Amino acid sequence: MSSTDTHATPGATDAEADATEGRVYNLAGGDWDDVVTDDTDRGFNEQIVVNMGPQHPSTHGVLRLILTLEGETVTDARASIGYLHTGIEKSMEYRTWTQGTTFITRADYLTPMFNEATYCLGVERLLGIEDRIPERAQIIRVLMLELNRISSHLGGIGPFGLELGATTIFLQGVRFRENVLDLFELITGLRMNHAFIRPGGVAQDLPAGGLEAIRDFLRKAPKWIADLRKLIDSNAVFIARTKGIAYLDLEGCMALGVTGPILRATGLPWDLRKSQPVMGYETYEFDVPTTDTCDTYGRYLIRMLEIEQSLRIVEQCVERLADRASVANDPWLIQDAKIGWPARLSLGPDGMGPSPEHIAHIMGQSMEALIHHFKLVTEGFRVPVGQAYVPVESPKGELGCHVVSDGGTRPYRAHLRDPSFHHMQAVSMMCEGGNLADVIPAIASIDPVIGGVDR
Amino acid sequence: MTTPPEGAPGGTPGGVPDSTSKPSDEKLPGKQPPAGEPAGEPTPDDQASLPARLGEERLEEPVARTGMFGVTTTGDTSGYGRLQVHRPPLPAAEPPYGGYFDAIARGLGSALQADGVDFNDAIERVTTDFGELTFYLRRVHLVAVMDKLLHDPDLRFEIFGGVSGVHYPGDVGRELHAVYHLASITHNRRVRLEVAAPDADPHIPSVTSVYPAANWHERETWDFFGIIFDGHPALTRIEMPDDWPGHPQRKDYPLGGIPVEYRGTKVPPPDERRSYS
Repeated sequence: MSSTDTHATPGATDAEADATEGRVYNLAGGDWDDVVTDDTDRGFNEQIVVNMGPQHPSTHGVLRLILTLEGETVTDARASIGYLHTGIEKSMEYRTWTQGTTFITRADYLTPMFNEATYCLGVERLLGIEDRIPERAQIIRVLMLELNRISSHLGGIGPFGLELGATTIFLQGVRFRENVLDLFELITGLRMNHAFIRPGGVAQDLPAGGLEAIRDFLRKAPKWIADLRKLIDSNAVFIARTKGIAYLDLEGCMALGVTGPILRATGLPWDLRKSQPVMGYETYEFDVPTTDTCDTYGRYLIRMLEIEQSLRIVEQCVERLADRASVANDPWLIQDAKIGWPARLSLGPDGMGPSPEHIAHIMGQSMEALIHHFKLVTEGFRVPVGQAYVPVESPKGELGCHVVSDGGTRPYRAHLRDPSFHHMQAVSMMCEGGNLADVIPAIASIDPVIGGVDR
Repeated sequence: MTTPPEGAPGGTPGGVPDSTSKPSDEKLPGKQPPAGEPAGEPTPDDQASLPARLGEERLEEPVARTGMFGVTTTGDTSGYGRLQVHRPPLPAAEPPYGGYFDAIARGLGSALQADGVDFNDAIERVTTDFGELTFYLRRVHLVAVMDKLLHDPDLRFEIFGGVSGVHYPGDVGRELHAVYHLASITHNRRVRLEVAAPDADPHIPSVTSVYPAANWHERETWDFFGIIFDGHPALTRIEMPDDWPGHPQRKDYPLGGIPVEYRGTKVPPPDERRSYS
């Protein structure tokens, strides 16, 4: 390939292109030193602009970074997003309130339960049914959220290792995460994109053997965590790549409105589960881990410690659910025939659907029940005029859904305040002045998921 | 209950009602008297939430939608084709707002007073619906109010919760709304600010000088709604391609899509299906 092919102006010679575009180097092979040593015009401090991504394996999806380098030092880091914009918010405006969960669960696909939870809490606040959500539904919600926190943190830590070149960390992390996804599959029928939390409760009860499976997981998980920590915590290479890297102190976090593990790694124990609890989080015993290192290592450590705390909460949820086993007719969806949709679900051989008893009832016994079912499924319920914002503490920080209703059967507007989107703005502050290689741990320590960033 | 009781608000026909002109004894729609009070003669306050009274008030509001069941062609066998639904009156809360809301309002009022700005000048309406405090601001005062909310020791809203645009084509003269959610770590409080701009003049001052983190959120709102944030350092598209025409989240922007064949029949795209609202 001749160097004339590489110029932005087609067919331009090297001299013409150098005059208009700046010097272009053909890096088809060879040593960089050989390329530049015979180039006497080039000063030693010339800046190079490098595109990292959008297909770079360490960019957590399709993130593009535009880096200005001076040697190996990053002088300018700009993140460019939008490669995974799918119009989730727009699509939701054309579906019923209940169908909205199917869309919003796909935003940040590593934290589907949290997306559903913040959306449903907003809808419930507008409906005025916050106090009428059954206790069993709230416990199952907390259970699923905390399991999701574990899987999200592992989805952050595992690939983090891979990006630093440690395949073992990735495989061990993902293997651990598989066990959480297996639980999700058992309980919701799906490993991701569950649409499990619905306005009014959850889609279905735990299946037979669900509690035993979670107990089994709880028995094994501490050892998996211990193994992972043994592998990572004092690993010399890991420490060299993460300690003191991507420093963002409390002042920086405050200026940028950063929340989640990044904020807690500066020593501030700000956790919405403690400070503004919803779904009964105030009744669970757990700690908010903090460190004061303000760096990538601290954020990693926070995630590890939070997994341990989440296991504590899951254990309490299992205890409570076991205690409620004797409660007769313990509902998991609001007992309001106008909202509780779909009427009755069960897991059949072809997936989740209306239970055979319900089908028999609406098709063979009651015309009114059929009409009601049809109206509720096709038209949906109406939500009073207004707007609500009920944030939850997602694994990545404050996640909130601004839900606006015009009194109709569809969201007038649903906007997700995604922590990944917000925190990507901190990339410049974390990376500029640092080494090019440190950009990768910096991004990994934010743990962005582009599905949530772009929605 | 055909005659409205004494003190019914006059309202401004055809325009946006000025909620501040409502009498102060006006109760919010749906606001019930506290339970446990002895039942007695209905006072004007109690009557404010009666359906007939609410219906009367609603008639003075502009028409929000017509018809029902999404029928737009002939063959309206439902009989609802000529139905006219008026917009519900805009709610407005009067102090005391309850809880920590009063502390925020007082703190913001005195902070603005120090700069010679009157609280009622900057904030046209306050609501406390659903237990969430919302200040409806005049857009010229947005940056000053944000500045006070962040820097005043009694307020200290450190966490910027993003800008959410909402497009109300029916709200003539104030079609584009920008909604800001703020949280205070120091005081563990939340507040929502809402500003409106007309479609013809879609300018809202940028708050990036106060909250640097507003940068991307404002770019997103520009991208999706076409709201121009004056003073933003680089207001470019963020989610859509740079050369994209139009602003996709606006209500006049179609969702798009094609009919899909499913089991021998064609399913129209979502925005062409029958809607019920």
